[in-house]
Formats: sequence, structure tokens, C-alpha cells
Amino acid sequence: MSDRVGLLLQLADDELILGWRNSEWTGIAPFLEEDVAFSSIAQNEIGHARALYELVARELGTDADAVAFDRPPEQYRSAPLVELRRLEWALTIARHWLYETADAVRLEALQASDDAELAGIAAKMAREEAYHRIHADMWLDRLLASDEGRPRLEEALDELWPYALGVLDDELRAEFVRRVEARLGRSQPDVDPVGRDRHEAELAELLDEMTSVRRTAPAGARW
Amino acid sequence: MTVVYEVFRRERAGAAMQHAGSVAAPDARFAEIYAREQYGRRGESEALWLVPRDAVHEVSEFVDEFDLKYRRVDGYSIKERLKEARELAAGDRRR
Repeated sequence: MSDRVGLLLQLADDELILGWRNSEWTGIAPFLEEDVAFSSIAQNEIGHARALYELVARELGTDADAVAFDRPPEQYRSAPLVELRRLEWALTIARHWLYETADAVRLEALQASDDAELAGIAAKMAREEAYHRIHADMWLDRLLASDEGRPRLEEALDELWPYALGVLDDELRAEFVRRVEARLGRSQPDVDPVGRDRHEAELAELLDEMTSVRRTAPAGARW
Repeated sequence: MTVVYEVFRRERAGAAMQHAGSVAAPDARFAEIYAREQYGRRGESEALWLVPRDAVHEVSEFVDEFDLKYRRVDGYSIKERLKEARELAAGDRRR
């Protein structure tokens, strides 16, 4: 597998798995408007994943669905942060904000890439992610401003911090830490990242559910 | 505390704003995101107006104690007059 494919799969798998996790709130988000907004964000993430899988598929001579759905769990390149299943709003917002902050650093770096195709798709993604970041930022402010929200959010941020550090490689991680510390106005603990060299147990369950239709559909079925 | 914002949308440049619905949100930032998602994400709007419901001055009582039917359009037949006027106009052109 080329470095390019490896990099594209990291991005695509993060977006697909997080999109799926966020979509688990559809129908049960804290209120109706948020339900629609968060579901829409989930759809955007999955849209980004599809665009990236298409690039991978072209390089591997297959199609995007095959890349997205036909790999065993150990071949996914997603970061454990996006794999965790946590149907709790403070944890969801903490992950959403940490991921969007890390993703912004990553997309900025990719937009400066010599690979014009990669730079182009990163620029397109960044334009949509800007709205996700606004959404994540306003929720962060909202929870930090409330007596009940602040401790719950801070606890969630602490729990997820090692996972958040595992989204980016060494080269970009320092900038991510700098942004988080500047925004939260505190220094973050220096802990070992939970990186892409392992997967959470929840990933296999997610993939099992996500691929169930594809695995049972007759060959050549069209949607 | 949530505030209800009435949302108006314009389908294309030059068209009139039309009431689309409402969103409940904690503040204007949330309202903007929610309105974008609910009334703009499918490309159905060219612009949105968000108005806090409290800012709307509602008028709802229309008193008509003496049942002045002749004020309503249904009491005023314009069909014949229009026909006459059109015939007249057509005649003018012929002349």
C-alpha cells in the first residue's frame, strides 16, 4: 500500500466511523433542531469519506464501496478516538470539538501539499468542516458557561485527551495541543497518545452492523 | 432558556421572503446553524431571515361589526368591466 493510500485511508476511515457514531444520535439528540443539525454533520462526514474512498479505489482499481465495507477490522486506519461508542452528550461534544480541532490542523497541512488532488479535496472538506467547527465551538462555549455543563465537559475532555492526541502524527500534534490549550486556557496533561496502532473493541461491532446490508445483498444489487 | 426564531427564506434572488417555519435555539449562533441545516442544506434557499418571535408585532383582530360585505372583493364583480375594457382597448388598436 502506498503512503498516499495509507494517508487517504486514515482520513476516510476517521470520517466514516465518526459519521456513523454521530448518526447514532439521529432521533434521540437533546432536542429536535440539534437532531437535524447533528445528523446533517454526520451525513457530511460520510460524504467526505466517500470522496476520499473514491480516490483510494481509483488507485487500487476497485470501487469506493469495496474499500469502505469489504476490509476486516484490523485493516481500518481510523483513530481510536472516533471508534469509541459513547452515547452521552458531554462526551459527544468533547469528541466532536477535539476531532474538529485536530482535523483543522490536518486539513490545513494537506491544503499545502504538493499533491494537487489531495490539496483540492482538503480545501473542499475544509469549507464544510468550518461549519462543523462553528457548531462544535458554540457547544463548547455553551457547556463551559453552565454549572452543570462545565464539570461534565471537562471530565469528558480529560477522558478523551489521550485518544485525541492519537489522531495526528508527531509532526502535527504540537500545533493541535497548542490550539486546545489556547482555547481552554489551561495546560493539558502530557500523556501517551492512543494512536492508530490499535483499535477499540467497539470498531468490530460497528463494522458488523454497518456492513450487514452489503453482506446480505445479492451480488450486483443496485441502490 | 430557548428562544424561538421565525425563519423566512428566499428561494432565488429577487423573489419575496416567505415564512418557512421556526427554530428553537439557545441564542442567535445556534439559531443560525439550525436554520442553515433545516432550511438551507438542500440548496432550497438563497437567503434566510431569522427573527426572534418576540420581535414580531402581531396584529390579529379585524373588527367588522356592521358586516360591510361591499368592502370585500367577493362583493365586487370586475369580470364584466375587464371584458369591456379589453374590447375597448382592442378596438382602439384597430382604429
